[in-house]
Amino acid sequence: MLSIKNIHANVEGKEILKGINLEIKAGEVHAIMGPNGSGKSTLASVLAGREQYEVTAGEVSFLDKDLLELSPEDRAREGLFLAFQYPVEIPGVSTTNFIKAAVNEKRKYHGLEPLDSVSFLKIMKEKMKLVEIDQSLLSRSINEGFSGGEKKRNEIFQMAMLEPKLAILDETDSGLDIDALRIVANGINKLHSPERAVLVITHYQRLLDYIQPDYVHVLYNGRIVKSGTKELALELEEKGYDFITEGVDLNA
Amino acid sequence: MKEKQGPLEQAVSNDYKYGFVTDIDTDTIAKGLNEDVIRLISHKKNEPEWMLEWRLKAYAYWLKMVEPDWANVKYPIIDYQDIIYYAAPKPKKQLNSLDEVDPELLSTFEKLGISLSEQKRLTGVAVDVVMDSVSIATSFKEQLAEIGVIFCSISEAIQLHPELVRKHLGSVVPMTDNYFAALNSAVFTDGSFCYIPKGVRCPMELSTYFRINTENAGQFERTLIVAEDESYVSYLEGCTAPMRDENQLHAAVVELIAMEKAEIKYSTVQNWYPGDKEGKGGIYNFVTKRGICKGDHSKISWTQVETGSAITWKYPSVILKGDYSIGEFYSVAFTNNHQQADTGTKMMHLGKNTRSRIVAKGISAGHSQNSYRGLVRASKQAINARNYSQCDSLLLGDKCGAHTFPYIEVKNKTAIVEHEATTSKIGEDQLFYCRQRGIDPEAAVALIVNGFAKEVMNQLPMEFAIEAQKLLTISMEGSVG
Amino acid sequence: MIDLTYLNDRFEHLQQASADDGIAVIRKNSFDSFNKTGLPTYRTEDWKYTSISNLFDESFAQAGHTITLADLDALRMPGHHKANELVFVNGRFDATLSNILSTDDELTVLSLKDAAKGEYKDLVARYLNKSSEYMKDGVHALNGAFIEEGVFVYIHKGKTPQHPLYIYHILDGRDHPVMAQPRGLIYVAENSRLQLTETYATLGVSDSFCNGVLEVVVDQNAYVEYYKIQNDKSNASQVSTTHITQIGRSYVHTVTVTLNGGVVRNNMNLVLDAAGNETHLYGLYLLKGKTHADNHTMIDNKQPNCFSNQLYKGIADDFSTAVFNGKIMVQPDAQKTNSFQSNKNILLSDNATINTKPQLEIFADDVKCSHGCTVGQLDEEALFYLRARGIPKDKAEVLLLQAYAADVLAHIKPMAIRAYVEKLIYEHLSIV
Repeated sequence: MLSIKNIHANVEGKEILKGINLEIKAGEVHAIMGPNGSGKSTLASVLAGREQYEVTAGEVSFLDKDLLELSPEDRAREGLFLAFQYPVEIPGVSTTNFIKAAVNEKRKYHGLEPLDSVSFLKIMKEKMKLVEIDQSLLSRSINEGFSGGEKKRNEIFQMAMLEPKLAILDETDSGLDIDALRIVANGINKLHSPERAVLVITHYQRLLDYIQPDYVHVLYNGRIVKSGTKELALELEEKGYDFITEGVDLNA
Repeated sequence: MKEKQGPLEQAVSNDYKYGFVTDIDTDTIAKGLNEDVIRLISHKKNEPEWMLEWRLKAYAYWLKMVEPDWANVKYPIIDYQDIIYYAAPKPKKQLNSLDEVDPELLSTFEKLGISLSEQKRLTGVAVDVVMDSVSIATSFKEQLAEIGVIFCSISEAIQLHPELVRKHLGSVVPMTDNYFAALNSAVFTDGSFCYIPKGVRCPMELSTYFRINTENAGQFERTLIVAEDESYVSYLEGCTAPMRDENQLHAAVVELIAMEKAEIKYSTVQNWYPGDKEGKGGIYNFVTKRGICKGDHSKISWTQVETGSAITWKYPSVILKGDYSIGEFYSVAFTNNHQQADTGTKMMHLGKNTRSRIVAKGISAGHSQNSYRGLVRASKQAINARNYSQCDSLLLGDKCGAHTFPYIEVKNKTAIVEHEATTSKIGEDQLFYCRQRGIDPEAAVALIVNGFAKEVMNQLPMEFAIEAQKLLTISMEGSVG
Repeated sequence: MIDLTYLNDRFEHLQQASADDGIAVIRKNSFDSFNKTGLPTYRTEDWKYTSISNLFDESFAQAGHTITLADLDALRMPGHHKANELVFVNGRFDATLSNILSTDDELTVLSLKDAAKGEYKDLVARYLNKSSEYMKDGVHALNGAFIEEGVFVYIHKGKTPQHPLYIYHILDGRDHPVMAQPRGLIYVAENSRLQLTETYATLGVSDSFCNGVLEVVVDQNAYVEYYKIQNDKSNASQVSTTHITQIGRSYVHTVTVTLNGGVVRNNMNLVLDAAGNETHLYGLYLLKGKTHADNHTMIDNKQPNCFSNQLYKGIADDFSTAVFNGKIMVQPDAQKTNSFQSNKNILLSDNATINTKPQLEIFADDVKCSHGCTVGQLDEEALFYLRARGIPKDKAEVLLLQAYAADVLAHIKPMAIRAYVEKLIYEHLSIV
């Protein structure tokens, strides 16, 4: 589904990603872990198409398309979803209207008729239950005045509404209390299916208590320095990142 | 700076959709302004002697005045002798009903979304349409007359209700008020007149649609609304003009009078031709709008959505004379390309326990300059005066400017005045967030801009809110419900 | 209209007497510009609420007496034993009354004339009267036209003088009205620090008028604290222009306190001409009687990533008038500017007036600017609470006003000066 080959990327002239390789197949759950500043969020931004990030080498294919050639909105319409680490606030724009616009843009892209209000509301009701989100939140402006947990739940709700092929969760667990973490993780698990893949980016192992990854990769200094299964995450939790990063030659 | 069009620039570049010219036989007089021209206008309109005298007096004042230069706008010197002061579509015969209006004119207004023909009329909205210098038609006149509401062109009012016009004309905006008001008083050609008798709640929206058609013609309309005790009226105005390379002058005066417990709600969607992308052409919109809350517990509310005109110079104001009177000003001013807008309000607190509220939202794009200029004055007698002002600017692009000039003058110790202002831009983060959800940049900008302007848009009557939103969001292609 | 023709003779006389002092060209240009613009009227936007033209009457323009050390002693501010003191008498820098404690390798003080010819002549040529690019009015031009005995101060690179700088403006009104036009230029070199306090005093009972201009140039990594204290007689008027240019990434912090005076107009100009400048402006005005105080601030953001914050608070009682005009300009290159401004006013009397006009002029898009202003009253609830505890109304009001002033006063960093200002405020508010 997603194939990343030797990606290098710069931010403001500084190289952050120094050759990433990653293959994700439908139905798989991958976790990327790593210490702060290792390039985790940069990878998420590059995949979503944030313009400040300059890809200097490498290629990415997504569902057999050249991902890097697509605009951010086309990537989204193709089925790539990024749950933001810091979802922005947009004053005055109601969350419901926003999601409706997003859903219908995607339908249009795929040659489908826009949803009428009745069917849209019906789908919305179903998905709201899934992520235990309250109606009142959705009539408010996007993320405006939301608590950290509410913002993250709103992200997962949007993911549910947009039914992406690949969901990238950028530090979705950061700043969540244990209840919110459980709700968010449940939401993700319920959406997971053999057709969909999930890429979880996280600093800590605790989200992985709820979401079972098939593969765990350790990102350090712009490269994946180790890959393994769920046990790798537990090992990291126990020993810290040092045990991996020691002995990695930074200049190699 | 890169000249490459970013998503923001692309999103805000649109075309003016009302720029066509109606090919119609027009009665115009020669360019230029002097006493004879004023006599001619007055004669063509078959005006009584007092009206002509009033005009000539205003003209004499105007000659002595100098054009103001304090506004934050730049434009070449206007040659007042190079303007046609009277242009009217030639009537084929005396009209007995609206259905006899020239079909060419009817289709013009159909194109503008204003239906005049009896069967297609907007329900619940009475419309007066003014093209160039004259009112062409007014709908629902008879129905309104039954409850005592007078809604007609000001020319007609001068003929039929001279006592009302004479009493109120110039009572809120004196002919000496400012340069453009004096000019208007001398040469105004048409406009609307509304009179709501005591205790009547006007059952429908009253609306005037202004259209400039003739080349080189200036439009100088005059609107007068009088709301007697305990009456209510909601009035809407809209305006468009053809696209021309030359600038055209529009200098209107609007006067509102609210007596005891009366309420006037005045909404404007201003979409005069703004000029092209290089700043060529467009309307110079120099307008004096002022209302007086004459009676106690009266209320005047201005709502404006300003998207057109090359230059806007306009400060709808309220004189809060009656005790417990209320003034409101809600404004969205959107400027693009080379447009310049200097707009805002004045709230003059004179009576006791008067209240005013100002919400002004400026959106600047392209090379435009957008200024808010406002005055809140609490006079010595204005015990317990309250004002709250909020003015926010949103910048789209790095070649435009946003400016805020609020004046606050307080002479009463029990007055409380609060003003807040912010300036920000559409964040790249906000834009990217929308795009990541599959919304293209154009629609994303429209969404964000609408969100920014929402507080004001909510003040518009339903029929106008939709039109205004369309104007603002330009081409959202119906993607957002 | 006042007759201003006497200025021509005076100007000619000064030009002849000081033809080659290195400043003659600035005087000439300034006088030309004055002749073009004249004195401001209420139609001049920046002078809409403040009228000063009568202060230029010829009766003010007479020579004053000499001031003795004993006169000075009575006016000195706390901490003066450890301060470098500069004294202006009737607008002229007086080297004999001045007292410099710092060594010459830290802080150099010269007369402006000497500076214009010697080692610092390039600096003087480059920076003296740069303020005229912003101050286009006749009042500022007149100061420039009559620069005579000004002062130049240079804080040397990398130095932090142990002794703060105090500047006293003494006007002698013992026999007749007096006008003064002091002028100064201070260069705060790279990586140095300056703490400066300026104050004003009129002797005698006649009217006085001080039209002063101080320009401060702040270089890379320098740090400047500036305090202006205005508590002169009720018939002592002034226009005080402080024009600060931050030419390197630097930090400037100013506090202006206006208590008593006739017509007091302050122009506080900050030109942020280097990326990453940081500026804090504070002001406090507590007006009684017929005092008219007009604070104009101007921040011109010319370079990216600058931060500025303004807080001006004031009270108008009796027949006083308070004016605040805060202009923030953000030039096209000044992306990522953060500029905040707040002006809060309390009106205590129906015969007093408050006029406030914040002004944002923004030409860059990636900025965050906000301004807010309020006009209101003392918190009635708080007043009642204090009175319910047995505190008489007038005392309770003084207490609340002191509290109101406190969040500006907290920004006066030197303890000696802060205590001094607090004492002045207490006396000022307690006299009914």
